[in-house]
Amino acid sequence: MRRALTGVVLAAGFGGALGLCISLALAQSPPSEHKSGFEFISPESQATQQDDFSNPGMLWVAEGEALWSAQAGASGRSCAGCHGDAAVSMKGVAARYPVYFAESGQPIDLQSRINVCRKVNQKAAPFPLESRELLALSAFIGKQSRGMPITTGEDKRLEPFRARGQELYEQRQGQLNFSCANCHDDNWGKRLASSVIPQSHPTGYPLYRLEWQSMGSLQRRLRNCMVGVRAEPYPYGSQEYVELELFLMTRAKGMPLETPAVRP
Amino acid sequence: MSRNSGSAGTSRREILAAGAGALALILARPARATPESMAAAIKAFVGEAEVREGRVTLEIPPLVENGNSVPLTVKVDSPMTAQDYVKRIAVFNERNPQPNVALFYLNPRAGQALVSTRIRLGDSQNIVAIAQLSDGTFWSDKAELIVTLPACVES
Amino acid sequence: MARALINVPAKAKRGEIIEIKALISHPMETGYRTGPDGALVPRDIINRFICTYNGVEIFSADLFPAIAANPFFSFTTTATESGRIAFRWIDDRGQAHLETAEIAVE
Repeated sequence: MRRALTGVVLAAGFGGALGLCISLALAQSPPSEHKSGFEFISPESQATQQDDFSNPGMLWVAEGEALWSAQAGASGRSCAGCHGDAAVSMKGVAARYPVYFAESGQPIDLQSRINVCRKVNQKAAPFPLESRELLALSAFIGKQSRGMPITTGEDKRLEPFRARGQELYEQRQGQLNFSCANCHDDNWGKRLASSVIPQSHPTGYPLYRLEWQSMGSLQRRLRNCMVGVRAEPYPYGSQEYVELELFLMTRAKGMPLETPAVRP
Repeated sequence: MSRNSGSAGTSRREILAAGAGALALILARPARATPESMAAAIKAFVGEAEVREGRVTLEIPPLVENGNSVPLTVKVDSPMTAQDYVKRIAVFNERNPQPNVALFYLNPRAGQALVSTRIRLGDSQNIVAIAQLSDGTFWSDKAELIVTLPACVES
Repeated sequence: MARALINVPAKAKRGEIIEIKALISHPMETGYRTGPDGALVPRDIINRFICTYNGVEIFSADLFPAIAANPFFSFTTTATESGRIAFRWIDDRGQAHLETAEIAVE
């Protein structure tokens, strides 16, 4: 349905095609000055994020820390059993995800990589995507890179997937017929209803969204945007999300990781 | 979907979707507190005593970016000694489903009367904080705030 | 599993006013929300929170559904003696939880 709608859009005559070209042109020159979503939120939400005893995301980090040392699966191994102290072994790891995963010949995001480890090394059942446990472990691992610059995309084998992610980012979709770029490249800093449109740098995932009253992944946030433009979201775990994440993280290169961030 | 469905079809769907959304909003909205029910809740707290303005400072952002979590701080000007201290602080709202938000119990060991929490607000409204002092007097502060909605929510 | 994050200074001077923060993992389900099946999700909130210092209550709260999910509280107390600061909370299902923190007072 989504692809069919895109087809209609592309064939929608000169006006529509011109609009698409303009948005592509702008999207090719992304914001020169990179601003984290942190800069667009209220001082109160900023203060919440910056105080570890006030930031609700830290509840998930603490839970992830417990899971890190918990034995799991037929192997009886814990994450710590192989990786040791996460403050050492996981430092900088989340800042370079998604990475190229040679076994599948495709990029893989952190949550799925944790599940590969569970399945292959711990001989345990993978955590369901968006489960509390998987968000907790991702948040704990993410926090080990807090403040470190994002380095995603250095592996040249990722390039075709990054390019595909960019294509998805720039592709108009949904009944409102907007691309991600229409809002986040062309109109960042302006308001959508009462919210300021950020530049969509995924610097703080998984993050605590006040709207969710909970922690959530970038995939969940991307789904919210797709619902927002009235497109049909991809199912959780779709390769499209990984490619979008790869594009967005590469685009945010050099920005400091904020996990666990707080957003409205 | 065929190309023939064109713009008329799309806009009709949009209208239907928007209509369904509005309906869901109406159905989902529970009965809520009113300025009258807040007044009743306040009366239950203070009884027949007079509530005076002053001594209490209610800190809450005037513009809230998400009503699911709004930081709130109440300070009361009190020496917090055994002879003169804040016993209770109550917070009320006038447009959530219920008028009560929280009731805090303090004693002189607090050293100062200062409490913070995060609350939910379903709509733009007035918030009232009332402190009961050890001498039996009640003092209050009021704040008016605007609750906005975030973009791109789940449904 | 982390049920709460408690911040009490490990050390304080006698007579010093210290700030205590508590962040508790709880959905604070209001009872006004509908689930995916359209039925109301039953109310489940922490309705009572109590903090004691060596067994004596120093702060407590009655809570209502208007308290945000994963509730946060900060308040103060005077550091009087070394010992244990305990936090207890009870939810609508009758479940009571306890967390403690040690403080050394000089």
